[in-house]
Amino acid sequence: MAEYAHPEALVSTDWVSQHSGDPTVRVVEVDVDTKAYNEAHVPGAIAWAWNTQLCDTVRRDILSQQQFEALMSASGVTPDTTLVIYGDNNNWFAAWAFWQAKIYGHKDVRLMNGGRKKWLAEGRDVSTDKPQVAATEYHAQAADLSLRAFLPQVQKAAAEHSAALVDVRSPQEFTGEILAPPGLPETCQRGGHIPGARSIPWGKACNDDGSFKTADELRALYGHEGIDGSKPIVAYCRIGERSSHTWFVLKYLLGFGNVTNYDGSWTEWGNLVGAPVEKGAAA
Amino acid sequence: MKIEEYRERKVAVDGWEVNLTSYRLGAEWHAKADNVSPGATLCRTTGTSRSEAEEKALKRAEELLDRTHRHKV
Repeated sequence: MAEYAHPEALVSTDWVSQHSGDPTVRVVEVDVDTKAYNEAHVPGAIAWAWNTQLCDTVRRDILSQQQFEALMSASGVTPDTTLVIYGDNNNWFAAWAFWQAKIYGHKDVRLMNGGRKKWLAEGRDVSTDKPQVAATEYHAQAADLSLRAFLPQVQKAAAEHSAALVDVRSPQEFTGEILAPPGLPETCQRGGHIPGARSIPWGKACNDDGSFKTADELRALYGHEGIDGSKPIVAYCRIGERSSHTWFVLKYLLGFGNVTNYDGSWTEWGNLVGAPVEKGAAA
Repeated sequence: MKIEEYRERKVAVDGWEVNLTSYRLGAEWHAKADNVSPGATLCRTTGTSRSEAEEKALKRAEELLDRTHRHKV
C-alpha cells in the first residue's frame, strides 16, 4: 500500500491522546463557531471559530498577516509549535485553518485524522475546561498566494482549460438542483457549476469514521475523473471550507504540486453577472 | 469525562437524508443533525434523554430542510 505523500501532516487520535499535553504542541478545535467546542472537546484544546476568527469579518477575505499573527499570538503559538487542528464535519473548517496556516508559512501543522467525530465515537476523554495559554509574539511569513486561487485565475483556467477544476460540493449542488446544502440559506443567484469542472464530492475522500481513505483509494478516486496532478488543480465548493479539505487531500496526501483552493467558490461565481454556468451532471 | 452511548443513524426528513448523532455526556444527552450530502451541521440540541434530544434535533432539522427549494435542471 502506498504511503501518503506527506504523512507528517496527519496525526491519529491515539497520537493526540498521547501528545496533547506536550508544551510544544497546541491542539485547536476549529468549527464554524464554538458551539461544539463548548459542549466538550479534546482535553487541553483551545477553540477557533471560523466565522469570527478565521475570516476577515468586515470584507470577505482570509485573515490578513497581521490578523493571523494576532490569532496565533493569543493562542500561545510560536513558529516552532506543532499545531494540531481538528474539528467537526470531518475537519472541514479545520482544513480551512490548516490552509491559512500554510499560506502564512507555519512549518508544522497537522490535521487529526477523523476529526471530532472519530474522537467522540472512540469514547475518548473530553473536557469542558478552557485552557489559559500564555500569549506569544508570533511573526508570520508573507502570504504564499500560490496556495489560493482568485477569480481571474479561475476564469482563465475555465476558458483555456489550463487547470483541472474540482467541484467538491454535493451532486445536487453541482447540477443546480439546489443552491446550498439542504437546510442552509441560499447564498447564490444561480445554481450549477463552473464549465468543465469535475464533480468529486469531498466526502468521497473519507471513510465512515471520518478518517481519510488510503493513498491508493484516493489516487483511484481522483484519477478516475482525470485528476492526476499532470496539470494545475483548482478545488472549489460554496464558501471554500469543503474545498480546503480536498485541497489538503490533493496536496498533502497525494502530493500533487500545483493545487489551489478557490475560496471565493460558488458564492462568488454563482453571483457573477454574465459568468458562464453549466447545469446538470458533468459531461 | 467521556462521551458515552455514542450512536449515529440515518433518517429521512422531508425527503432529505439526515444523519442523527446522539450521545450522553454526564447526565445530559446531546444530539446533532446533519445533512448527509454534503454533511453540514443543521443543529445541535440537548435533552434529559436520548429521545428528547433527538426529537428536538429532528424538529429543527425539519424546519430548516423545509426551506430548501429544489430547482429544475
